[in-house]
Amino acid sequence: MKIPLVYNLRSVTQRPVSTALTALGIALVVAVFIAMLALANGFIAALVQTGSSDNVLLLRRGADSELSSGIPREAISIIAASPHIATASDGRPLVSPETYIVINIPRLGGTQFDVANVVARGVSDKAFEVRRNVKVVEGRRFASGHSEICVGAKLAGRFDHVKVGDVLRFSNRDWNVVCRFTAEGSSFESEIWGENEQFQSVFRGGSFQDVAFRLKDPAGFDEAKRAFLADQRIQVDAHRESEFYASQSELLGNILRFLAIMITSIMSVGAVFGAVNTMYAAVSSRTPEIAVLLTLGFQPRSVLASFLAESAVIAFIGGVVGCLLALPINGVVTSTTNWASFSEIAFAFRVTPQLLLAGLSFAVVMGLVGGFFPARRASKMPVIQALR
Amino acid sequence: MKFLPLVLANLKRHKLRTVLTTCSVALALFLFASLRTVVTTLNAGSEVSSSSRMIVQNATAFVIPLPQSYATRLASVPHVQAVTWANWFGGKYGDGKKFFANFAIDAKSYLEMYPEMVIPPDQKEAFLKERSAAVIGEGLMRTFGWKVGDNVTLQGTIFPGDWTFTIRGVYHPTLKEYGDDQMLFHYDYLYEREPTRVTPGWFIMKIDDPNAAPTVAKAVDDQFRNSTAPTKTGTEKAFAAGFASMWGNVKLLMSTIGMAVVFAILLVTANAMMMNQRERSGEVAVMKTIGFSDRRVFALVIIEAAVIALTGAVIGLGAATLLPIVTGFGDGGFLPGFHVTQSTFLVGASVALLLTVASGVFPAWQAAKLPVVQALRRVE
Repeated sequence: MKIPLVYNLRSVTQRPVSTALTALGIALVVAVFIAMLALANGFIAALVQTGSSDNVLLLRRGADSELSSGIPREAISIIAASPHIATASDGRPLVSPETYIVINIPRLGGTQFDVANVVARGVSDKAFEVRRNVKVVEGRRFASGHSEICVGAKLAGRFDHVKVGDVLRFSNRDWNVVCRFTAEGSSFESEIWGENEQFQSVFRGGSFQDVAFRLKDPAGFDEAKRAFLADQRIQVDAHRESEFYASQSELLGNILRFLAIMITSIMSVGAVFGAVNTMYAAVSSRTPEIAVLLTLGFQPRSVLASFLAESAVIAFIGGVVGCLLALPINGVVTSTTNWASFSEIAFAFRVTPQLLLAGLSFAVVMGLVGGFFPARRASKMPVIQALR
Repeated sequence: MKFLPLVLANLKRHKLRTVLTTCSVALALFLFASLRTVVTTLNAGSEVSSSSRMIVQNATAFVIPLPQSYATRLASVPHVQAVTWANWFGGKYGDGKKFFANFAIDAKSYLEMYPEMVIPPDQKEAFLKERSAAVIGEGLMRTFGWKVGDNVTLQGTIFPGDWTFTIRGVYHPTLKEYGDDQMLFHYDYLYEREPTRVTPGWFIMKIDDPNAAPTVAKAVDDQFRNSTAPTKTGTEKAFAAGFASMWGNVKLLMSTIGMAVVFAILLVTANAMMMNQRERSGEVAVMKTIGFSDRRVFALVIIEAAVIALTGAVIGLGAATLLPIVTGFGDGGFLPGFHVTQSTFLVGASVALLLTVASGVFPAWQAAKLPVVQALRRVE
């Protein structure tokens, strides 16, 4: 017969301080676990959302990042004439030949060497249609032939002169900030956009870094890739945009995930030790009670299950508290350099329901592991001696 | 001191509890010290960098190169003793999964600029004589199992195609923090194949007086301010510090987690101490009856907490120190020169003291204030 859970719940309330300390220890582990994975997820999500699966990014063959790529001007018209490119409502191809460079912008309140590498992307007027996730939320798009730029929403608060109406100076020229755009939390929000022809003349004479275009047939990527690779006039490789940006998150994303798992597993050992201590103390202080339970005819198995449940309950409470501690971090924006693209990316912590569930399960597992040996001792207690 | 056996006897009573609590403290300090060491190592780059070397790069963006003609103009700036240059190559080896720095250098002047890179004289000579030769750090040699004389082929990402180099020398850094996983080859070799695209990526200058650095930086930047390639000049130290700052909030995160770990373990330790005290109230009452003063009872509990915290600290900090030695974690690679610094030891020791006080003070106060008569009545 099972021992009712109420017995355990009442026992737990008999030792409030000890229980609270153990639960809080587990709560902290769970909170760190959730926070670190939320960081890794937020970073990966920012890059995964950057690309779209029916967009194609062309880079120079062999280039592994936009920064190291280069496509000569002569190739642009050849690419733009490709039949695989979708056409806009005005009949022109949905293609954006882009210049890509990372510029140094001083951080707010930093020295001249305390700089962040911010992406300056020169795009065509079709870029806002090719990249569907980009939405202008304030101001208007930059006009062709003018020294005007649009800034991503996540630059605000990190740098000076990035509000609409401000003048940002880089590359020996003044640029009027005319709009602010969002991009569904993706890494575009950490970029500065301007007209490609304007950027090209100040940054890189004569060549573009990549070409982004919309596929006419979303399922026709492989065919388009083959066509571009076979074209002897141009030296480009085609990447599905979504896959390309996702691969840029691999290096740092893996480091962050590895750190999260390593740190929390070491921490969890400490928390399990805490649970072991608490449960042993609980078992030894309730020796006569356990003996009575056994005398009454409860199976040792039931006693084992009962104490395991008690430990799991304490850990579960800890898990819930841990989730509550970690929840406020959801949406907090942080930034770091993505070494794969050598640019600084701002992104938000992402606490997802799955992550909370993982945190809770983690807590319960810690409780079960910590409670096992004390529970076994309780179930194997010699009744006569214990009653005496 | 004469009560130490009593404290030890008390600790032995619940051997398992003592061991587990000590292990928790050890784990906490191990994690704390390791996380702090990650931060100090990231910052160490700027601490070991020279302040008598200065870097000149393009003010707009570091990826835009500078004209070759700047070399002679830089050399004529007052206080500048020597000038050399390099160009980032960014080649991939094999599947490209293992990243390492590879760049072209103006061989002779570059190696003179960096005496920290020690190369055996015969290897150095062989490298200088051969245009397609490369010098590689000993850490990188180990990673790929290369030998002197091997051919290494990189795939260019910025400069397309396959590039084959012959390893002619291996360098050994005088300090681990410099890293030993770079691959250096001749600038002339790169220029030969890509004459239209290659100009120096950055210049390095040696100055005679570190105090003159701000003057030199201003002189250089003023000179090129209105040219097509304006410059940004600073000491190597300043650039390294700027580089470390690119990690952004990751460093803050490490420190925050370190604190959370310590706090979590504080709860475990405090809980164990309180459980000990609760079980011993009868004994404490007896001790007080036979003449132990309140203060002495208080001290006994605190010392017990101290023994646990300090033992744990010694084990934890010791393990953190051994980590890079045993795993070879600090030999170049991601975090070159990863080692637990003296300041981390001091902070770790303070954390142990804090743990002692915070976990011991409440149970100790309870013990000291224990009403003898009531406590004795409970004894069966």
